[in-house]
Amino acid sequence: MTTYYTEDHEWITVDGDVATVGITKYAAEQLGDVVFVEVPEAGASFAKGDDMAVVESVKAASDVYAPVAGEVVEGNAALADAPETVNEDPEGKGWFCKLKLVDAGELGSLMNADAYKAFCDGL
Amino acid sequence: MADTTTENLKRTPLHALHEELGAKLVPFAGYEMPVQYPMGVKEEHLWTRTEAGLFDVSHMGPCFLALADGIGGGDDAHAEIAALIETLVPSDIAGLKEGQARLTVLLNEEGGILDDLIITRPIGEEAQGSLYIVVNGAVKDADWALIERSFEGKAVLTHADDRILFALQGPKAADVMSDFFPGCEELKFMRHMPFELNGSRCIVSRCGYTGEDGFEVLVSPEAGLPLVKEMLTDDRVKPIGLGARDSLRLEAGLCLYGHDMDTTRDPIEADLAWVIQKKRRERADFPGAERIMKALADGPAEVRVGIQPLERAPAREGTVIEVGGEAVGIVTSGGFGPSVDAPIAMGYVRAGLAEPGTKIDLMVRGKARPAEVCALPFVAHNYKR
Repeated sequence: MTTYYTEDHEWITVDGDVATVGITKYAAEQLGDVVFVEVPEAGASFAKGDDMAVVESVKAASDVYAPVAGEVVEGNAALADAPETVNEDPEGKGWFCKLKLVDAGELGSLMNADAYKAFCDGL
Repeated sequence: MADTTTENLKRTPLHALHEELGAKLVPFAGYEMPVQYPMGVKEEHLWTRTEAGLFDVSHMGPCFLALADGIGGGDDAHAEIAALIETLVPSDIAGLKEGQARLTVLLNEEGGILDDLIITRPIGEEAQGSLYIVVNGAVKDADWALIERSFEGKAVLTHADDRILFALQGPKAADVMSDFFPGCEELKFMRHMPFELNGSRCIVSRCGYTGEDGFEVLVSPEAGLPLVKEMLTDDRVKPIGLGARDSLRLEAGLCLYGHDMDTTRDPIEADLAWVIQKKRRERADFPGAERIMKALADGPAEVRVGIQPLERAPAREGTVIEVGGEAVGIVTSGGFGPSVDAPIAMGYVRAGLAEPGTKIDLMVRGKARPAEVCALPFVAHNYKR
C-alpha cells in the first residue's frame, strides 16, 4: 500500500485498484471542530478535481475534491453520526470514501509523504 | 492561504497579545482580528456559556456625541442631545435614565437599517448633553460621516476607536469583573458605570452579544492592556475569537449587521419592532416612518425567523428556503450551535410562513433538506435583569 497526498490536503492510500481517501491531519487542524461530513454514495463517479465530499466546521463549509478519477465503492457512513472522527483520527478512522481507480497513472502527479511534509512546512 | 491585503489592515491595541496567545488572525471589518485561539471555536463557545470569555471588540466604533455649546446642563441638555439623535434612530433616547443604554437602529430615509448601535446616557449632571454610542466596526466610517453631517454646528462627535473595547461574557463574568471594578456586579443589564483605573477613565457597561450575562469595557490602551493581561491569568477567563462570537450570537438569536439586516430591511421585517418605543410610534417622526408604520400596522411582507434544520447538515448564509418547490425566503446566518449541539440558522420567510413549526426546505447543495421555522433564541438569554 502506498499513500499519496494532494496540495488540497487530501491523502489517498492505494491498495490494488481501490484507494481510500480522506483529509490530512494538517487539513483537519486548519478546519477546527468538524460538525458535519457529507460523503459520496457508492456508485458515484468523479473526474479528478470534482467536488466529492463536504466537510463543515462550526464556522464554514469546505469542499473536498476527488484527488484522482474514480467510482465510489463505499462512503464512510460512520461519519454521519460521528463527524468528530475527522479531528480525532483524520488519516485513519476518519476516512471519507473508497474509490475504484480509473487511471492509476494519475497517481504520478501526487506527492509522497516527504514531499507533502515539505509542502506543508512551506505554508 | 496568503492574503495580499493583510498589510492594509488595521490592528487593535491588543494585536500583539493575540499573536502571543497563538490566535489565528483573519481580516474582519478592515482589521486583522482573532477568529480563534488554540482552544478552537467549539470549546471557546462552550467555555463562554459556562465560565467567562474575553473578546477583543476594539474594531467596533465607540464614540461620544456632545452638544457643541457645551455639556453639563442636566436634564435639559440630555433632552437637547436626545432630540438630535432621535432624528436618525426610532428609539426613545430622551426617556433614558442616567446610566441606561438602549439598542437601536440607524435608519435611512426609506426606513432601511444602516446599522444597529447601542446608545448610553451618561451618569452625572456634568456629563448630560453627551451620549456614549457604539456602532459596528464594518460600517463605522459611514455611520460617523452621517452623524457628523446631520449635526454639523450642533453637536461634536469624538471617535474613541483608538482605545481598547473588550467584552467579558459568561456566567462567571460578574465575579471576575468585581475583582477589578468593585460594585460593577450590581449593575443591571443595559446599565453602565464609569470607573477610574490607574488614573484612566473607563466605561463599564453590562451588555454584550452572546446571550450571556457580561460586560463591555472601554479603556485607554495604556490602562487596558495590563488589565486584559491580568484578567487572562484568572483560571475562569479564556480569550475567545470571532468564530465563537458568531456562533454564540446566532444561538442567542441576535442579528449580525450586513447579514441578518441591511439597508433593504426595515426594523419590522428584522423583528426589531421592540426598538421603537410607544412614544416614538405615536410621533412617527423618524426616517422612513411611513414605511415602518405601515409595516407595523399591516405586518411586513417578509420577516426574520429562527430556523431549525431537522437533519445534521448546516445551512449557511445564502441558502434558499423553499416550500413545495417554490422559493419563499433565504437564510441570512447559518451554522452549527455548539451548545444546542445541532445546526441552527436565521433567515427571512414570507410573513404567512413565520409561525414556529412551519415546515420548510433548505436547498443545501441542490438537495432539499427538511427544516422548521422556530422561535428565537435557540439558547435562553442569561441577562442580569
